[in-house]
Amino acid sequence: MTINVIDKDGVVHAAIQGEMTIYNAMEQKNKLAEYLKPVLELHLDLSEVSEIDSAGLQLLLWLKQEATQLNLIQHSQAVVEVFELLNLASHFGDPIVLSSHWKTS
Amino acid sequence: MSEFDAALAIFTQETEELLAQMEYGLLSLEDNPEDMESINTVFRAMHTIKGTSGLFGFDHVVAFTHEAETVLDTVRKGERPIDETLISILLNCKDHTANLIQHSLLGENEPLPETLKAVGTDLIAQLTGIPASSATIATVNTSTDQVTLTSCNQGSDDNWLILLKFRKNALRNGIDPLSFISYLKNKGDIVEIQTLAPELPSGHLMDPEACYLHFNIIFHSDLDKQAIADVFEFADDDCDIRIIAPHSKVEHYLSLLQEQTNDDETHIEKLGEMLINIGALTQNEVISALQQQNNHANQTNAMPKPLGEILIEQQFAEQPVIIQALKKQQSARERNIAEANYIRVDSAKLGHIINLVGELVISGAAMRLLVDRYGLNDVEEVAVGMNDLVSDIRDTALKLRMVAIGETFSRFRRTVRDVSGELNKQIELVISGGETELDKTVVEKINDPLTHLIRNALDHGIERPEQRLALGKPAQGTVHLNAYHDSGHIVIQIADDGAGLNADKILAKALANGFVTADQQLTRQEIFNLIFEAGLSTKEQASNLSGRGVGMDVVRRNIEILRGSVSLDSIEGRGTTVTIQLPLTLAIIDGFMVETENERYIIPLSMIEECVEMNPAEWEIDNIQHYISLRGEVLPYLRLGDYFNNRSRHTGRDQRESLVVVRFGQAKVGLVVDQLHGEHQTVIKPLGKVFEQLQGISGATVLGNGDVALILDVQALIQHAIKKRGAHVHATTH
Repeated sequence: MTINVIDKDGVVHAAIQGEMTIYNAMEQKNKLAEYLKPVLELHLDLSEVSEIDSAGLQLLLWLKQEATQLNLIQHSQAVVEVFELLNLASHFGDPIVLSSHWKTS
Repeated sequence: MSEFDAALAIFTQETEELLAQMEYGLLSLEDNPEDMESINTVFRAMHTIKGTSGLFGFDHVVAFTHEAETVLDTVRKGERPIDETLISILLNCKDHTANLIQHSLLGENEPLPETLKAVGTDLIAQLTGIPASSATIATVNTSTDQVTLTSCNQGSDDNWLILLKFRKNALRNGIDPLSFISYLKNKGDIVEIQTLAPELPSGHLMDPEACYLHFNIIFHSDLDKQAIADVFEFADDDCDIRIIAPHSKVEHYLSLLQEQTNDDETHIEKLGEMLINIGALTQNEVISALQQQNNHANQTNAMPKPLGEILIEQQFAEQPVIIQALKKQQSARERNIAEANYIRVDSAKLGHIINLVGELVISGAAMRLLVDRYGLNDVEEVAVGMNDLVSDIRDTALKLRMVAIGETFSRFRRTVRDVSGELNKQIELVISGGETELDKTVVEKINDPLTHLIRNALDHGIERPEQRLALGKPAQGTVHLNAYHDSGHIVIQIADDGAGLNADKILAKALANGFVTADQQLTRQEIFNLIFEAGLSTKEQASNLSGRGVGMDVVRRNIEILRGSVSLDSIEGRGTTVTIQLPLTLAIIDGFMVETENERYIIPLSMIEECVEMNPAEWEIDNIQHYISLRGEVLPYLRLGDYFNNRSRHTGRDQRESLVVVRFGQAKVGLVVDQLHGEHQTVIKPLGKVFEQLQGISGATVLGNGDVALILDVQALIQHAIKKRGAHVHATTH
């Protein structure tokens, strides 16, 4: 798992790669927590998230609660599936772009 | 006894019971004419008697009960209202049926005497003469009702509500809430889902490995509750799960509860069992609720909360379902009481068992004695265990013969009703303590004295309504029948709120009849108890009920035969209370063995208050008046040795003596003995006729070593001790 961070004019663009699960939730939280307070906007690129579980989802909920503004962009299929299952898309309020080459589950 | 005779005996007993039930049912209908259960009881009684009488060819009975049954059937169907006139007629019908059966039992082929015949036709005319009411209540077919109920269950709003609150450790324990919800999705249709994290902390307090997730799910599925709960089976320890049934399901549960019949009639289902059976609860929910109940009770030390309340509080189940289930349980319980499983047993067999148990107790004692003598330590343990068992068997065997006195009491409802009508008085009979149990043989023998005392209360006691109103009392008089247990005895009280007794009148009458002499000083209590002397009545005019002055002495004699006592207290203008004390049983008692002058005696344990050392230095002993000061209380005492051996003076001895304080009712007396031996299971063996006149002894028992110990008649001893002291007081004051 890696997080690529681009900091530009108070807007942080972070791309998460790999899984968001209980196994790395702690690590991700600590890393993302650094960018929460000083910045105005946090853009989270989820396109490379291969798997997300309850811990990962909970982390997203927490970020939404803590950040001044959290934008989730480029949801991966794994993320969209969970959002749909739990009816969370409206909670985060980000536009979700469905990709045509996702497998229908 | 031929088979036919045996059947006849059963028939007699059965009809007697049925008629008693009928009477009871009719009397309760008087208070509550809507009571279907009572109407059914009355109907069933007539119906069954008709049927069984037919078997024996008692045609008169069949012909008469048939008419009564027909009328009752119309009542049962709601075609004819039941009112007081009809109840009176039916009560007479009951009596007539009893007479007819009596007659038929004498000789089945005998023609009916004219008088009986006349009563019969008269009653039938009364029964059928009143035109049947035209108001016909449509009979409701319940079975079609239920079909519509179940069919509407397939309605549209058939959604479950599932509330999941995962606990903090869920994630660490390898529980992934998401996977359960995905799985749930396969089982049905998730109509709506809310994901909540209300307790999600902010900043660094948030532990990403802890779980803060809650879900509220609206779920559509045909599964039952258990199946839905099974989805979350593995999350059970880490999640609070509430599954709330759809509205239609609640109705479904209710109808299930209604339909469910219990195969085993004696078994009362527990609330939890019942709800699991219909699928309204899962096993785990019940276990968890029971745990909570336990914890709650342990923490607060209070009465445990009812399970139903917890179930509703925790949203495990819906209130209407629980209420319905509780109702059902209650009715099952009531039915169980009403239709308790009885086995008819010949009372002689029971008597035989009790005799055998008595022998067992004696041989048990003999064995104990030998074990003690030879110091067999390893046998000791077994012997103690067996002793406990024997005493359990003894108690159970005695309980077999115990019956509640309630049935005897309720028979008097009829007496009170009839007599109050006859005397133009308004009298209510209040019964309490009907569940108090006592030996069947005692119950049988107490019936006559009780009848007498109640008739007395009705006739002498309660005044006419106009008199009562003039005295500022309610027009309706009350006779209260009460029973309770007190120190190994049963106490029966007959209290009325009537005129009461005038002590002076009684004394005057007693003086006139020569029962007492003018110089005798009597306490109020003693004066009232003169009532029980033969030939004393204060009623100026004898009625056909009571008042001839014969009876009260018979009452006392009957009660004394049962080793009981009777006393009377009264306040003029306020009422009279007669108190009867009876031993619970006539066969085996817990005794306390004492020894004096090398003779062993048994004192009924239930009458012993305490045992203290007779220490001349400590107690102020008055050897002349025979009383001591026990902690400041004046206590008459009696030396058992003096009493039984007739030794005139007690010579000073070195040996220590003990004082056994015994109580009977209010009176307390100390018995001085040489030695205390402790508790002893005592089988009461009656003394032979020769010893009947012996004072102070009520029986004997055989000890383990074959010796005989005498059982003390504590009541007589107490009277003797008090009298003796009183005599001394008189001697000194006069």
